[in-house]
Amino acid sequence: MNDFTLVRANLFRRKLRAMLMIVAIFIAFLIFGVLASFERAFSSGETTAAANRLVVNNKINFTQPLPLAYLGRVRGVEGVRLASHFSWFGGYYQEPRNFLIAFAVEPDSYLDIYRDDLRVTAEERARFLADQGSLLVGDVVAAKYGWKIGDRIPLSSNIWTNSSTGGRRWDFTIAGILRPGKPQSDTNLVVFHYDYLNETRGVARDSIGVVVLETVDAAVNETVAARIDSLFANSFAETETVTEAAFNKQFAAQFGNIALIVGLVVGAAFVTILMIVGNTMVMAIRERTREVAVLKTLGFPSPRIFRLVLGESLLLAFLGGIPGLLAAAAALAALRPLLAGFAPGLALAPPVALTGVGLMLLLGLATGALPALNALRLNIVTGLGRD
Amino acid sequence: MTAPDLIRLSGVAKRFTKAGQGITIFDHLDMGIGRGDFVAIMGPSGSGKTTLLNLLGGIDQPTGGEIWFDGARIDRLPEGRLADWRANNVGFIFQFYNLMPTLTALRNVELPLLLTPLGRAERRQRAEIALRIVGLSDRLGHYPREMSGGQQQRVAIARAIVSDPKMLLCDEPTGDLDRGTADEILRMLQLLNREMGKTIVMVTHDPEAARYAGRILHLDKGRFVENELAGARVS
Ligand SMILES: Nc1ncnc2c1ncn2[C@@H]1O[C@H](COP(=O)(O)OP(=O)(O)O)[C@@H](O)[C@H]1O
Ligand SMILES: [Mg+2]
Repeated sequence: MNDFTLVRANLFRRKLRAMLMIVAIFIAFLIFGVLASFERAFSSGETTAAANRLVVNNKINFTQPLPLAYLGRVRGVEGVRLASHFSWFGGYYQEPRNFLIAFAVEPDSYLDIYRDDLRVTAEERARFLADQGSLLVGDVVAAKYGWKIGDRIPLSSNIWTNSSTGGRRWDFTIAGILRPGKPQSDTNLVVFHYDYLNETRGVARDSIGVVVLETVDAAVNETVAARIDSLFANSFAETETVTEAAFNKQFAAQFGNIALIVGLVVGAAFVTILMIVGNTMVMAIRERTREVAVLKTLGFPSPRIFRLVLGESLLLAFLGGIPGLLAAAAALAALRPLLAGFAPGLALAPPVALTGVGLMLLLGLATGALPALNALRLNIVTGLGRD
Repeated sequence: MTAPDLIRLSGVAKRFTKAGQGITIFDHLDMGIGRGDFVAIMGPSGSGKTTLLNLLGGIDQPTGGEIWFDGARIDRLPEGRLADWRANNVGFIFQFYNLMPTLTALRNVELPLLLTPLGRAERRQRAEIALRIVGLSDRLGHYPREMSGGQQQRVAIARAIVSDPKMLLCDEPTGDLDRGTADEILRMLQLLNREMGKTIVMVTHDPEAARYAGRILHLDKGRFVENELAGARVS
């Protein structure tokens, strides 16, 4: 027997009560682990954004199109070094659940502007530029579907209809593999020629999604953005030019304001559990006033009793929290293949796990502090009561 | 020439303020208890017997006077030192046993040894010996709720003696037991007093129980009335 035996015996003196508290904490940490990981996966774009890349959106909403002609006018703005454009294809492979992040792009300028993030060999690049029906595939996508250079791949769109066939399908030949230029680069995408889409979709001719540009220096970002937006002010498609980081955030927000949801759900769960567990711990220790007094009578120093009570609430937090995080990791592993398109790299990342452990510590200390203090201060004679 | 007393109270006072009103339980108590004595303290309910025992055991402080134990003054020790002193010198036995309900008999007895530097195996062994002394070798794994009152009190006695204190303080140790069981417990205390030299101070309102002691003190209205029951002792 040691102090831990005492802590354990005390925690489980009422098995049902202990189990209920553990389950409540388990659920809280399961929710936390899953939501925080989602939030992380969605917001990963923020960290890969280049400081001097700007995105020109339609002012109404970034899902509204811009005229293709804007590209040339943006290129003429002072402070713009490079500009390209891309359009959301709404692509999937064979079935809608095989969702792909697919963009129709201006091939040459797109590869230039993303030269630090998306790497292709000179040979692949030449092959891509030469064939309007070709496709560049991110290495993670190629690995997921087992695609190789030269493969013929049909991709479907949940937005556009192919006017040459009347269906939703376009056929592509893989010209090359996009590899990450930096460790944090996101290669979970496929890109193809805008012209191929534009000539075959029948509608929305010469409209594009957004213009992406590189400024000569991040310091002039704001000036350049202001120049562009004033250039298109009062036209039928007014623009809003934002940094790529801000754009990525907006893009993620399309799937709901995840950070806010995470904050609210986790916050509500924690406050509730803090109150339930905290209150239960206070009652549990009060029930044992006499036992605490007996321990003191036997000569247990008050600080040691303080630690015993705190140990109990910490043990409780970890008994619920660690399995909760493990369950979150398992749930994320199960969801990963299904959601690879939406949330690449979905997993219980070490920072999330670490935050979780920190929260357990906090929960344990917060719920144990008051009863531990009560036990610390308990007067022996009062605690023993009247025999 | 007699050896100095183990316990010495001199001019001990204890006052409470209850609902704004001062109550004096003792005003000026003087008393000595020799080494190896078995003293019974009797007196009407509310006369301050438990309070006196609490003072002797260092779980309560007098409002005046001095308490000496084994040549050292204990009534002004800070809380931490006093806890240490209790662990080393006093074994407590209560009317309602006060065992830990979540621990087995063996672990209840081992509990005070967690305050010593003894290793795990040694602690267990000593707890087993203490339980053997009180005749409960076959109940090591039993929880308090699985034992009778008399058995629980024997576990409590084992817990009180396991760290080999000089003094045992018993507050109505047989108050919750039937006559036969009470006699068993009292004989056990007598044995600890005679064979192991434990100094025992026992509070009781039962004259039968008091007869096991070598000396009876009557506490009434804050004063002692000595009543040496020569010849009336149970042998
Ligand atoms: N903490 C306290 N506050 C106020 N009064 C107390 C306190 N402890 C004991 N008393 C009073 O002191 C008197 C003696 O109590 P106690 O020592 O328990 O008596 P006994 O054990 O002889 O029955 C009683 O009147 C009791 O109400
Ligand atoms: Mg009493």
